[in-house]
Amino acid sequence: MVTTSKPEYKVIGTRPVRPDGVDKVTGRAQYGADIKQQGALAGRVLRSPHAHANLKKIDASKALALDGVKAVVTARDIVGPDGDLSKLPDPAANILAGTKVLYRGHAVAAVAAINDHVAQEALKLIEVEYEVLPAVLDVREAMRPDAPILHEALRTRAPTGPSEGPSNVVAQTVSAFGDIEAGFAECDVIVEREFSTKMVHQGYIEPQAATAHWNSDDQLTIWTCTQGSFPARESVSQILGHPISKIKVIPTEIGGGFGGKISVYLEPVAALLSRATGKPVSMRMDRTDVFEGTGPTPGTNIRIKLGATKDGKLRAAYGDMAYENGAYPGSAAMYATMVVTAAYQIEHVKFDGFDVVVNKPRTQDYRAPSAPAAAFAMEQLIDEIADQLKIDPLKFRLMNSAAEGSRGPMGMPFKRIGHEECVEAALNSPHYNTPLEGPNRGRGVASGFWFNVGLRSSVNVSVQPDGTVNLNEGNTDIGGTRASLAMQLAETLGITFEDVKATVVDTDSVGVNDVTAGSRVTFASGMAVHEAGKNLIAALKERLAPTWQTTPDEVQFEAGVFKNADGSKTMTFKEAAVATVGRGVGLTVSGSVNAGFLAGGGFAHHIVDVEVDPDTGKTTILRYTAIQDAGTAVHPAYVEGQMQGGAVQGIGWALNEEYYYDDTGRMANSSFLDYRIPTSLDVPMIETIIVEVPNPLHPFGVRGVGEPGIVPPLAAIANAVARATGVRQTQLPMSPRRILETTRGIA
Amino acid sequence: MTGRTYVSARINGEQRDFLVEPRQSLLETLRDELGMTGAKEGCNNGNCGACNVIVNGSLVNACCVLGVECNGAEIVTIEGVADGETLHPLQTSFLENAALQCGICTPGFIVAAKALLDKEPDADEARIRHWLAGNLCRCTGYDKIVRAVLDAADDMRRAPAKA
Ligand code: FES
Ligand code: FES
Repeated sequence: MVTTSKPEYKVIGTRPVRPDGVDKVTGRAQYGADIKQQGALAGRVLRSPHAHANLKKIDASKALALDGVKAVVTARDIVGPDGDLSKLPDPAANILAGTKVLYRGHAVAAVAAINDHVAQEALKLIEVEYEVLPAVLDVREAMRPDAPILHEALRTRAPTGPSEGPSNVVAQTVSAFGDIEAGFAECDVIVEREFSTKMVHQGYIEPQAATAHWNSDDQLTIWTCTQGSFPARESVSQILGHPISKIKVIPTEIGGGFGGKISVYLEPVAALLSRATGKPVSMRMDRTDVFEGTGPTPGTNIRIKLGATKDGKLRAAYGDMAYENGAYPGSAAMYATMVVTAAYQIEHVKFDGFDVVVNKPRTQDYRAPSAPAAAFAMEQLIDEIADQLKIDPLKFRLMNSAAEGSRGPMGMPFKRIGHEECVEAALNSPHYNTPLEGPNRGRGVASGFWFNVGLRSSVNVSVQPDGTVNLNEGNTDIGGTRASLAMQLAETLGITFEDVKATVVDTDSVGVNDVTAGSRVTFASGMAVHEAGKNLIAALKERLAPTWQTTPDEVQFEAGVFKNADGSKTMTFKEAAVATVGRGVGLTVSGSVNAGFLAGGGFAHHIVDVEVDPDTGKTTILRYTAIQDAGTAVHPAYVEGQMQGGAVQGIGWALNEEYYYDDTGRMANSSFLDYRIPTSLDVPMIETIIVEVPNPLHPFGVRGVGEPGIVPPLAAIANAVARATGVRQTQLPMSPRRILETTRGIA
Repeated sequence: MTGRTYVSARINGEQRDFLVEPRQSLLETLRDELGMTGAKEGCNNGNCGACNVIVNGSLVNACCVLGVECNGAEIVTIEGVADGETLHPLQTSFLENAALQCGICTPGFIVAAKALLDKEPDADEARIRHWLAGNLCRCTGYDKIVRAVLDAADDMRRAPAKA
């Protein structure tokens, strides 16, 4: 670990076993598909086989006649008998299509039946009449004026005002500082390239699953493996027009998400089926549903021009970044234009972003959304300039690094950040200082940035009669956050980790929480926990003061001990809790924060050694080191886990993964056999170096760590492949086929 | 509606008698008929290992075996890996090594690793990576999982009785 000065912590920085651990190694933990409600029916979704079509008619009579089938619902059940299906608003239209299907896999109807097999048989009996339309699958093609139009009502939002006619370009956004022409005029070296990447999936191992029960009193209960129970409640409420006060979302354990389990898919449909049948309805996706019917992350086409002076100063950057939003509007390109240069100080920049709809699934976030593809382009050009100037690629990055006070991605100056420290750690790492030898081998490096977000978090803390505390939080624990929050509470209260019991509770039982995403839970819920801890200490001071014949503000609390002014009376937190709660009256406090949008920013830097087989084109990862600024690593093992997991997802994205479409918009590889994510055989151990540059925005200096680690790998591997083969890779994935095509002209 | 077949098997050391439809996989049988949800469905076609169980000493993907095929079989699932309240060394090692993040793949990995170490207590990193290549984990990057299995193997060699 590389650490700048930080306070001595007792609990933070240790590696306790997580509270939910035993349930998860014994098979007892309940995930989305494990919820069994008495008398529950099974629901399944019918999906469009076409990438683009008018939905003329749905006839479910044969399905309804099948023994065991209880209900069929369509978008008609959302808008009501007199509603106008053509006006079905987004996002409802993505849940059940109205008058048009916009991608293969788009949900058109759903069935509830006595079991899953009957439900699946019933799907085959639903007759749907489609009028097939030409589909557009490529982002640049979709931008052409003569492209098939997905949404007749869509007008481009642009700095010059909305487009006149319908367009597939959702928005043109600009991120510009300085004077781009003057900047390039100063440059001695200019490089320019076009890059493209394919749509990829988060690849969480647990398919979406949800159970809903619409009770006869209109109280709707939903069990779901979501990344956000509160946002899910909000979405279901909006889609179904049912008040949030009548919806309770109970989050189950969640088997991975990475941004893909923020949106609801099955929840509102299960609710409709439950309303129609009066029974609880359980739904789950199969793997093909997950690939075709949920949100992958955009494919891109990115052109960047980058210039530097001969003394190695980056001066100007220009880019045109087009991102596929899938079937409905999104904002990935807008974020891309902001993050693409965040690691560097470049005075003159202009980036145009184009968010574009295409006939593919509506895209969703996938860890640091938009940033990996942007870095794939930018970090390769950085390497090319460093090479041309004969400067070590790490030293070149250091010479141009963003730092405290330099312009951040939205124009405001950065607070204390750790990019320089990450690059320095790379320069000093055992990996970088071990020469790489042998033919067909190359080493690559790359930096990555992600904003990290704050947003709203709330927790409740109640003191138990034995002096332990219960921590009830509202964010799903996707990778150890019960532990990281309990640790921060223990640290605040000066008690042990074992004296805190952390539980994830439903939307009725705690204040509002935003998503488990944006690397925000350990950060923002950590702030809520700290707040609750302070409130608890204040409450105990109130209780101790009268017995100590003093006033609450005379009572001190330090290192877990309450003291009166002259130090003649002392009590540990636990003693005070037993005395006032165990032999007094119950005590519950809450902590609620809105930690704002920006949470301090996180940087990562990766080093990779590859070997490229000249005969097969296969790239093997020989060695990999991930470096990241965690601010303060609350539970270092889980920080390392985030870094390693991000690196390996990036390896898959770089070398293998893509949505492979035929011309009609059919995904040809919608299984884990054909959409191959890395296995244990494909990767080595991932070495980690945690850098700790405390985040000034957090009481313990924490930074979010979930996302920055997926930003560098695509570029780091491309840089390594370029050194190994002498050929720059501008398209992903760098599959054996692509390598052979580009290095030997073999098609 | 399809008729049901009587099946009798030993699951985690206990005799279980049950009825299944011929089309029900062992995974569905365990999860839907017997209420054992420890084995998970990640793909339902043999590509992820989340449903791993041991049948007659061999590691199988429960989604690719039919329930009716298991008449007379000896089956070990994740629910039977611990010895009562005492965790198996692999379970302890996964916890201590932080080898799970979301944990959905964990039952499959632990069952698969047990099937390996039962037969090859000296498995090294290369062998472990090879054996576990049928189990997908999207969260951890495998590093801590492989370390956990190596550590557990070490523990089991030192105190074979515990295993
Ligand atoms: S669910 Fe059986 S292998 Fe994936
Ligand atoms: S821990 Fe999430 S898939 Fe392995």
